[in-house]
Amino acid sequence: MASKLPRPVIPTVIAVLFLVGWEWFVRTGPDTRAVLVPAPSHILKWFWEALLSGELLSATWVTMRRLVIGFAIGAALGVPLGALCARVRWVRDTLGVLALGLQTLPSVCWVPLALLWFGIREEAVLFVVVMGTIWAVVIAVQESVLNVPPLYLRAAQTMGSNGWHLWSRVIFPAALPGVLSGMKQGWAFAWRSLMAAEIFVVIVTGFGLGSLLNAGRELLRMDQVMGVMAVVMLVGLLADLVFFSPIERWLRRSRGLER
Amino acid sequence: MSSPHAKSTAPAALTLRNVTKRFDGAAGQVTALEDISLDVREGEFLVVVGPSGCGKSTLLSLLAGLEHTNEGEIRLGEEAVVAPGRDRLVMFQQDALFPWLNAIENVLFGLRLKPDLTEAERLESARYYLNLVGLGNKEKARPHELSGGMRQRVALARSLAPNPRVLLMDEPFSALDALTREQLYGDIQEIFTKRKKTIVLVTHNIREAVCLGDRVVLFSPNPGRVQQVFDVNLPRPRRMNDPALASLAAEVTTALSSHLAK
Repeated sequence: MASKLPRPVIPTVIAVLFLVGWEWFVRTGPDTRAVLVPAPSHILKWFWEALLSGELLSATWVTMRRLVIGFAIGAALGVPLGALCARVRWVRDTLGVLALGLQTLPSVCWVPLALLWFGIREEAVLFVVVMGTIWAVVIAVQESVLNVPPLYLRAAQTMGSNGWHLWSRVIFPAALPGVLSGMKQGWAFAWRSLMAAEIFVVIVTGFGLGSLLNAGRELLRMDQVMGVMAVVMLVGLLADLVFFSPIERWLRRSRGLER
Repeated sequence: MSSPHAKSTAPAALTLRNVTKRFDGAAGQVTALEDISLDVREGEFLVVVGPSGCGKSTLLSLLAGLEHTNEGEIRLGEEAVVAPGRDRLVMFQQDALFPWLNAIENVLFGLRLKPDLTEAERLESARYYLNLVGLGNKEKARPHELSGGMRQRVALARSLAPNPRVLLMDEPFSALDALTREQLYGDIQEIFTKRKKTIVLVTHNIREAVCLGDRVVLFSPNPGRVQQVFDVNLPRPRRMNDPALASLAAEVTTALSSHLAK
């Protein structure tokens, strides 16, 4: 019976009901309630004003720049280190094991040290983001390289491939899907740690989304807090939707792992 | 048709002298091959057949230079085999095609490692061999878009294209269905007759061995040894359901089971 409706109908109806209920709940309560729980209309209003004043865009820009630069550094360091871990046993037994441990450490734990080493500056935030990215990438590269089917290596070797040729033409292409999912995980860690760092520490060199959220807290403006939360979610989703997922899908499709 | 006896005076392409290979297993050392002496003549189709565990795949790895002998030596012509080389290409058990490359790129992989060719010559050669295995129209297909038989054909083209002196085949048909396999037997024999390659094929299928080989070398297991050598004088192309072939296969089977019963 419900199968006659197009699939998006039911979720849309539920979402609208939820938002209307939320709005009604806030508006019919005492004034203090609106302070504790801003209504959807309040959040939208903040969003619109922040967009017009340019505050939101500049904060998003600052955060994205930190994220992209930190992620790029982390990935650029993580790939060769991971390859080294896979290639050299004693590096795997030292750095590889260390990477496993550090990966479980939320990288916001690095904030005190980062502030001490780099001061309240851009480098400190970047360091935290790099620490969030690099270990997931190291582990993913190490694992995917170790899991390259030996048959590919044997086939390539009999055809005369070795050294750099073997790495660039066989091992890396074969390991690429695993490396990519490691990067995706690194990206997710970096994103979380960056938010934590920006909320905890006011970095004088730039006012990011985390700082904007924290400012909302200090002003007791929960519409701003929740508005920034929504933006943070959106940016995370977008990064996945426009960057990682298409590459991953293309990669899997071209190899017949998925149709 | 080619007669194996005509080649009996041909020089040896591959020479094995007292080759022994041991592996360190969980339960101590295992002797995979013991004291193997064997000549593969230039232009000969030699098939090594035996039950699993007789060391036949190990033999192929040794010939390819992917593994090293513990005792004895292997020579290709006058030169000792110590490492993998383009003069001995291997066609593997399941398709070892690279899934990130399409059919022609896979064939080009080995050709691109030959420095003395121009890119145009490489492409021409790759096309020639894809046509030879009947896949000229599948140049751009990715391995996953091809059937198992087609994939093994691409693998065959890939190992033939760099024009190796010896083609080594490690049970290349074992994962295929009977119909596809029989088709490939035909193709291989045609290419063998046309291109005059030296081929060493390893298999556990006795019928297949008798169908394809000029000579069939029966290996016995634990440790792997040469038990008996059979000459196959049947005309090519041979077909699997040929009664003469079946009776020779029965002879090989009897020899094998009489050894296993001991």
